[in-house]
Amino acid sequence: MSDPAITPELVGQHNLSPEEYDKIKGILGREPTYTELGIFSVMWSEHCSYKNTRPLLKTFPTRSPRVLVGAGEENAGIIDIGDGLAIAFKIESHNHPSAVEPFQGAATGVGGIIRDIFTMGARPVCALDSLRFGPIPEGPGAANNRRLFGGVVSGIAHYGNCFGIPTIAGEVYFDACYEGNPLVNVFCLGVLRHEQIARGAAKGAGNPVFYVGPATGRDGLAGAAFASRDLTEESADQQRGAVQVGDPFMEKLVCEACLELLATDAVTGIQDMGAAGLTCSTCETAARAGTGIEIELSLVPQRAPGMTPYEIMLSESQERMLIIVKSGREEEVKRIFDKWDLPWALIGRVTDTGRMVVKHNGAVVADIPAKKLADEAPVYQPEAREPAYLKAVREFSLDSVPLSGDPAADLKRLLAWPSIASKNWVYRQYDHTVRDGSVVCPGSDAAVIRIKADSLPPGAADGSAVEKYIALTVDCNAAYVFLDPYEGAKIAVAEAARNLACAGAAPLGATDNLNFGNPHNPELFWQLKESVRGLAEACRAFNAPVTGGNCSLYNQSPGGPIDPTPTVALVGLIEKPEHITPQWFKDEGDVIILLGDAIDLEDPMRGLGGSTWLQCLRGLKTGLPPRCDLEKERQLHNTLRAFIQCGLIKSAHDCSEGGLAVALAESCISQQFARETPRLTGAQIDLSFAADSARLDALLFGETQGRVIVSAAPLDVVKVVERARILGVSALKIGVVGGGELTIKAGAWEGKWPLAQLHDLWWNAIARAMAS
Amino acid sequence: MNIAVLQFPASNCDQDALHVVQNVLGLSGRLVWHKENSLAGFDAVIIPGGFSYGDYLRTGAIARFSPIMGTVRDFAAGGAPVLGICNGFQILCEAGLLPGALIRNRSLQFRCEHVFLKTLTPQAPFTNKIPPEKLLRLPIAHGEGCFFADDATLDQLQNEGRILWQYADEKGDLTERSNPNGSLRNIAGVCNEARNVAGLMPHPERASEMILGSADGRLIFESLVAWLENRLAQAA
Repeated sequence: MSDPAITPELVGQHNLSPEEYDKIKGILGREPTYTELGIFSVMWSEHCSYKNTRPLLKTFPTRSPRVLVGAGEENAGIIDIGDGLAIAFKIESHNHPSAVEPFQGAATGVGGIIRDIFTMGARPVCALDSLRFGPIPEGPGAANNRRLFGGVVSGIAHYGNCFGIPTIAGEVYFDACYEGNPLVNVFCLGVLRHEQIARGAAKGAGNPVFYVGPATGRDGLAGAAFASRDLTEESADQQRGAVQVGDPFMEKLVCEACLELLATDAVTGIQDMGAAGLTCSTCETAARAGTGIEIELSLVPQRAPGMTPYEIMLSESQERMLIIVKSGREEEVKRIFDKWDLPWALIGRVTDTGRMVVKHNGAVVADIPAKKLADEAPVYQPEAREPAYLKAVREFSLDSVPLSGDPAADLKRLLAWPSIASKNWVYRQYDHTVRDGSVVCPGSDAAVIRIKADSLPPGAADGSAVEKYIALTVDCNAAYVFLDPYEGAKIAVAEAARNLACAGAAPLGATDNLNFGNPHNPELFWQLKESVRGLAEACRAFNAPVTGGNCSLYNQSPGGPIDPTPTVALVGLIEKPEHITPQWFKDEGDVIILLGDAIDLEDPMRGLGGSTWLQCLRGLKTGLPPRCDLEKERQLHNTLRAFIQCGLIKSAHDCSEGGLAVALAESCISQQFARETPRLTGAQIDLSFAADSARLDALLFGETQGRVIVSAAPLDVVKVVERARILGVSALKIGVVGGGELTIKAGAWEGKWPLAQLHDLWWNAIARAMAS
Repeated sequence: MNIAVLQFPASNCDQDALHVVQNVLGLSGRLVWHKENSLAGFDAVIIPGGFSYGDYLRTGAIARFSPIMGTVRDFAAGGAPVLGICNGFQILCEAGLLPGALIRNRSLQFRCEHVFLKTLTPQAPFTNKIPPEKLLRLPIAHGEGCFFADDATLDQLQNEGRILWQYADEKGDLTERSNPNGSLRNIAGVCNEARNVAGLMPHPERASEMILGSADGRLIFESLVAWLENRLAQAA
């Protein structure tokens, strides 16, 4: 089969501009071959090259004394957690594949991120997921949204459960903007000792290059390029072949075998074949080491007969790894991979030419300077222009919003609103207790895992028996970001940091997934630019360096672009296990204290701009979202952590969507003791002190930032309130734990809700929607 | 006391089981690779949870052909205790060492949550230390945990006291709501005729330390230790 002639049309089909094509010719000093054209097209896709976002990403804080491997250096960042231990973590998207084939799209997203982690030499110990879909209860697209939602959740469950990784936290939002373009962001965290860090560098000319894992097929051809353009009506049919098929069983074996091999010290470089498969792994490992690499494609295990060099290089078949071994240590690779019954092949050598040379039956089909291919992708500064819709957003006033006629009913509506309702329908399908480390399971503000000596990869030095407690959360309220990208992005980070503080943890680092629309649309690029500004500022404020992440642009379907969704996963350290604090009320008679302001009087929207109440009860997604004062937030988090460390606090729950009323209700109903066995704890609340300062619906459901509901034993209340005042944090006693219901009083108004009813609405809302 | 924890390709609770054996119970133990064919020097075997062979074909259906399973059969025939947890229970059923089968959950979905278990008899190596009225709160995590057998087998199991654990509610009642997978007669775990081979779907190794929210599972392992001590004393 001869390669097609390279025409401008073919170049265009590869998503390369005429200017980019000229640059390729400049690098090569000649016309590219068909295989080379394919290689450049995937390496210079947004997914692999960040060509539209690189200048923005450079503004993130990426350093701290704890950062051992920083952003962009390797497949994932690594952070020191003390005592010679470290964690590797990263978030990545699989949005487009999941839109086309939700089950496999999501499953392979999990597989890909797990490989990024064990590639670093770390043992993967937990996963998170951040998901967005169109509305599921009703509407013209609801049936399809339910299909996508159900498919994605079972795909994540399928892959993660079989691999044996606890999926321990996450978030799910439903909004019309995600109809046709769901978001599937998956996060993985692994553990290792400092000396176990592995590098993706092809060091040492003459060293053998091994391919391990299942054979290469035609599945997933050019998935990275597919991820880097808009979804169209035809996407589902045309691109199904770009979706890979995952095999978690194979991944588990590859992971165990790689960790076993890394313990032998025979490996000089290792990289997974993720996006852009063999292409990306060979040229990046050579570029990192400043070496060259030469491979022979006829030696690559192949699933289908007659595969062309183009197909072999661009395939994204899953669960494959590239491993560079010290010359003379080949037998160890063979011994270990044979033990695990895994295919392996010696496919090439490291060279000192600086070139990536690909041969097929001896004939050269690609010969490219590796560093130029990997690191010199074109960089663009797309035009940015403030979106026109923001004018109306800023002008929107609360005066035009009718007062709530029945706040008691509103609370019930909000608790059953799928974005607020319990996500147990999701996480009960994920194994979240495997690996004996799940200390705080899904359903609290942040999850907490325990890291123990036997969490580590094999070969870890003895004496590493110190236990560590890591808190994790992933957050993003995209409505805020849509209405004010800068402020909204700050809030995403602040909320994540607040969730960590509620669990008793201080931030170690962040990984972010920038899900945005087409960067060539100036208004959408402005959203991206402003969001990055907010994220960077907030990450600095909380000492959370960004250690890596993912950009997913082109998130738009024929229905339009998604709301800008920069999801932020934050990882924190808890010093002692006794500091781990749940979100639910504990003991009758405990006093409930609000840390932070009941109402932000400087916010003309009183916390209702962009709020869930406005969306759910008034059908409006508008108004300027609440302001985020980073200094105030920091003060609050430090104060809260100090209280927790002194043992003054029994529970802490962050106020977010749905405001005070929803946070209070969740504190009463969110402890699940066992199947069909919630622990319901009542509370009597009095908000009369603020009843005159704002309308009732704003007081109950406004989403003013920087607030946490804590409970403390009566004897400790004075200490909490006094110390908070000294530290400059507003603290007010607002109620008492106890009784069989939740009551909230605000001036003349009083609401009463039986706990069982609130629990049923909140706990079963998603299951009900999925059954409809 | 030396405990073998079997390791099949894609066992994924093997390290958890070994963690409890070594670090919680303070016993010696090691992972035994499925291609090994000796259990000499071991006093008991745990077949851990996971997705051996990716659950391909049927849960446990391929693992039962692994070389180690022939050895396990002889080991069990000699009266030594063998405990299968989750996928280990499925493998023991496939291997014919335990009666019945574990089929797809009635919900057709994977389920991970805590359940209450009622222990029906202290007459087994895995139950002798569990106080009579004590309900065990343990996590489950499975997609195929619905225990199924014909009525005659179920009657026989019941009459011979071989149903070791049943799913119950917080009061100890065997309700339909407390049954997470549709298991017949709420069965969560059974043993063989000689009582030395048992399997259960819930994960006691994930509930053996208070930091993980429940240490009830430890009673199952402590029962095993007490039984082995007694056996070793009798042999001496």
